[in-house]
Amino acid sequence: MSLYQAQKILYHLNRDEEMQQTFLTDKAAVLSRYDLSTEEYEALHSGDIGLLYVLGVNGQILMHYAAFLKVEWFDYLQLMRDGVDNHGPVRAGIYAMTAGGEQFAETPVTSRDPN
Amino acid sequence: MSLVYAGILSHAPGITGRANLATNTLVRDAFYNCLEDQRNEIEASGAEVLVVVAAEHFANFFMDNMPAYCIGIGEKHYGPVEDAEWLKIPKTSIPGAPDLALKLAKQVMQRVDIAYSEEWKCDHGIMVPLHFLTPNFDMPVIPCNINCQGPPLTPLTRAWRFGEALRQACNDQAEKIAIVGTGGISHWPATPDSGKINEAWDREFLEQLMNQDKQKLLSYTDEDVYDQAGQGGFEIRTLIAAAAAAGGKGDLQFYSAELPIFAVGCTVARFEISSER
Repeated sequence: MSLYQAQKILYHLNRDEEMQQTFLTDKAAVLSRYDLSTEEYEALHSGDIGLLYVLGVNGQILMHYAAFLKVEWFDYLQLMRDGVDNHGPVRAGIYAMTAGGEQFAETPVTSRDPN
Repeated sequence: MSLVYAGILSHAPGITGRANLATNTLVRDAFYNCLEDQRNEIEASGAEVLVVVAAEHFANFFMDNMPAYCIGIGEKHYGPVEDAEWLKIPKTSIPGAPDLALKLAKQVMQRVDIAYSEEWKCDHGIMVPLHFLTPNFDMPVIPCNINCQGPPLTPLTRAWRFGEALRQACNDQAEKIAIVGTGGISHWPATPDSGKINEAWDREFLEQLMNQDKQKLLSYTDEDVYDQAGQGGFEIRTLIAAAAAAGGKGDLQFYSAELPIFAVGCTVARFEISSER
């Protein structure tokens, strides 16, 4: 049930610009409205993308949260890998890391026919 | 017959947000050109309204009340819900088509249980397609959502039936309507595996989709999709619905797995509009 609350706060935060402004100035006030475990509270308070990923926050919700925090793309991917390294495999949900931390997002230049 | 165009396209946020990080600029630009062609085809069809069958990512719905299907009947929609700088699409409002949307919703309800919404926030799942298909965001849009994010998910057979119901609802309308389905095929978005693409799986799926091979399309299980195509593969529901709405053979205009920075096999296709729906 607690993971549900951690995801719900991010769902609300991602789509509510007023809440975003409040969160930036007073995280504790926002976080106190949700029934969070200590681990979740601290991860949300510190913006720990890696731990939130491992806790099982839905990847799409987490991706939008990382964008809100202005985390650059490759840093965001690495933070998730670091989370797995530091805390173990993803504990819940459908966004587990399945390729052992391999990097897929670099691509060579090619002139192959795209079809 | 008021359905004048049916097609599919990708919607991954990297398509706009990480365009500058694509090293394979030849393929990237070929993809963008195909999306421009798709816009031109929709305009040439005379379509007055664009129905977008999408797979949103928690812009409107959460696990406290998650509809399997929802149609947006509001006068306006807003997006992107995400950081605009990240997506590289400015926040804007998009005109809806409330009268037509309500008529479509009522008729679809005769065959499929749906929810409706008068407030709709668009995430990249709709904003990226609109960025290319109506770049001034001035074409009336009816957003539809199929839950592809929060399991349990609607069965593929129901997604097909939703597409058919949408088509049958369109048949009774005076307005000229375009439908696009937008979702990924195999991909592992929002994970460290982002950029992984199972091209062989994609091409097999697309062949079945273009051939309207209903039996094969509806035989995929979520377990197999998750194993071979990732959690992003659950979005095939939107593509299946678009095929079902069209009823005719497809023409794959673009597919490439060579843009992993976009984190999806980039796809553009059109369908013939069958008169038998």
